[in-house]
Amino acid sequence: MAKRVLMRGNEVIAEAAIRAGCQCYFAYPITPQAELLEHMARNMPRLGRTFVQAESEVAAISMVHGASAAGVRTMTSSSSPGISLKMEGISYLAGSSLPAVIVNVVRGGPGLGNIAPAQCDYFQATKGGGHGDYHMIVLAPSTVPEAGELTMLAFELADRYRTPVMILADGMLGQMMEPVLLPDPVDPAALPAKPWAATGAKGREPNIILSFDLDPEGLRRMNLELQARYRTIREKEVRHEETETEDAEIVIAAHGTVARIAKSVVRMARAEGIRLGLFRPITVWPFPYEPLRALSSRVETVLTVEMSAGQMWEDVRLAVAERAKTPFYGELGGVVPTPKGILREVKRHVG
Amino acid sequence: MSVSVERMVKVFERPRSLTGAHSTYCPGCHHGILTRIIGQTIDDLGIVERTVGIAPVGCAVFAYRWYRCDALQVAHGRASAVATGVKRARPDLVVFAYQGDGDFASIGTAESIHAANRGENITVIFVNNQVYGMTGGEMAPTTLVGQKTTTTPDGRDPALFGYPIRFSEMIAQLEAPVYVTRQALFDTKRIQETTKAIRKAFTNQVERKGYSLVEVLATCPTNWHMKPVEANRHVAEVVTKVFPLGDLVNRG
Amino acid sequence: MPKGTVLVDEERCKGCGLCIAACPQKVLGFSGRLNRSGYDVACMERPESCLGCAFCALTCPDVAIEVYREKVAS
Repeated sequence: MAKRVLMRGNEVIAEAAIRAGCQCYFAYPITPQAELLEHMARNMPRLGRTFVQAESEVAAISMVHGASAAGVRTMTSSSSPGISLKMEGISYLAGSSLPAVIVNVVRGGPGLGNIAPAQCDYFQATKGGGHGDYHMIVLAPSTVPEAGELTMLAFELADRYRTPVMILADGMLGQMMEPVLLPDPVDPAALPAKPWAATGAKGREPNIILSFDLDPEGLRRMNLELQARYRTIREKEVRHEETETEDAEIVIAAHGTVARIAKSVVRMARAEGIRLGLFRPITVWPFPYEPLRALSSRVETVLTVEMSAGQMWEDVRLAVAERAKTPFYGELGGVVPTPKGILREVKRHVG
Repeated sequence: MSVSVERMVKVFERPRSLTGAHSTYCPGCHHGILTRIIGQTIDDLGIVERTVGIAPVGCAVFAYRWYRCDALQVAHGRASAVATGVKRARPDLVVFAYQGDGDFASIGTAESIHAANRGENITVIFVNNQVYGMTGGEMAPTTLVGQKTTTTPDGRDPALFGYPIRFSEMIAQLEAPVYVTRQALFDTKRIQETTKAIRKAFTNQVERKGYSLVEVLATCPTNWHMKPVEANRHVAEVVTKVFPLGDLVNRG
Repeated sequence: MPKGTVLVDEERCKGCGLCIAACPQKVLGFSGRLNRSGYDVACMERPESCLGCAFCALTCPDVAIEVYREKVAS
């Protein structure tokens, strides 16, 4: 029977990637995700897999492009400024319909910012970030064990939909240690075949992997095909979690680390007789608009709490519309909201 | 008088590794010669079923159309990094990156140098025609001093834009590459030399020797505003003075 | 000396003239015929001089030339 081990978030993501059958990992060092890179450096070569410390983030994502095109499971990881550099490659992956997993252990921004946890890359992750009409699936874990589970899921979704998938973590999740039950390894040989991959044109026509078509009609078709896939993802892959929302008069909408903190705020508020619930998107793209819309017609207030100036808040307001009040509380620059601070905000909006 | 081919043997035909597609290059452009040489090499080595080509951004953006092998078209300058990814994922494939001077020696500088420095077991073909052809004849990193382009209308002034970069010489300073050479295509002798170089660069990879780079001085008659034959002469008489031909590294 | 001959795929030819310049026997020239793309295509002006050396084909950027040579009795 598998046993629980105490591990850091960054290492859990790395180990889960290995267990998901990641054959090639390429990255460039950056805080606060260096442990992820180091775990891969220690473990990939001894498994006969590829670890390359790339010369840059741009090179790392381009290596991912190559490995993915060659049909293997592949991943890169970084933190905010590094993810900005990867945006070129992410757009090419999306345009070329190539699966890949990208981990963003978000830190304070903009610019060099700092190395403290933040959620200020939500827009970049969910609304494009790179050029062109594309989306990637974005999974937002709120605990260390969940980071492992969602990493396994990320590889599955990437392959199923031939799309880049991002794990949107933050510096706190990356650094925190928690007991985890590591998932069973996937047998890479048992994974579904990728008949589209560039593996050598033996006994078949050449596979050509492109992200362009100079003919507008052709590029239109390519885009429509992408959009059709995004529709399917929106229909099938929305994930969220609700905590004590059945009788709630107010709910907090939060993802990732903030949702974890908000869970304790729910307990604190309930102890004081405040009927507080929590709505936590697990996929921030596709955002759980429908479940939140349904919930918002039963509550008076949806308080968005983020470590940003209000990025997910825009999606919350799109979902809620005028059905409930939609105040916002955010902390910036790597400051993590405290349970007390959040509870104080909750109290401002009840009664 | 006409000679019937029925009593004759074919001594030169289109390489089987090339598709039937008509090239998109301008008349007299050396990309086509190089494409034929690569196709011939893939034929000769019998590797078409395990070759993957990496097409760049630039005039060779359609390079994936010319060969009967798997291919990718990738971001500007990143071909050597993408080739790294393909090769590391599947070492049994033969991977070649085909890059122009802007792609390889300007926007892809970091990717080009570090793939070479890691000694990736790949083949890189670097086409140096000293100009950005696809976008309208702008200055390239390899544009000659005094050369007029659409962004150096009075000629490249080193005080403002520096000097033509001898990128292969830079790569040749590294320890890992097994083969670095500069070739040209301005006459049949050079074409035969280039053919040997390309064959060596692919053979090195097949034999798992490591990184090979073949820089090829090419013409751009359109953006040089020269007739193809005149452009050939320009390479022979002027360009080779700045970019001398020959092997820079040969550790094979 | 064995004789040679070349076949020019006129639709591939872009009339660049590199083959004409490369031919050591001065066999090739412009035909004055325009192909569908409007290029003046190369042709054998002096076919009797062709040795089948294939220099023209080696230099053709459009791989438009096939070269044949007379069988030599062994």
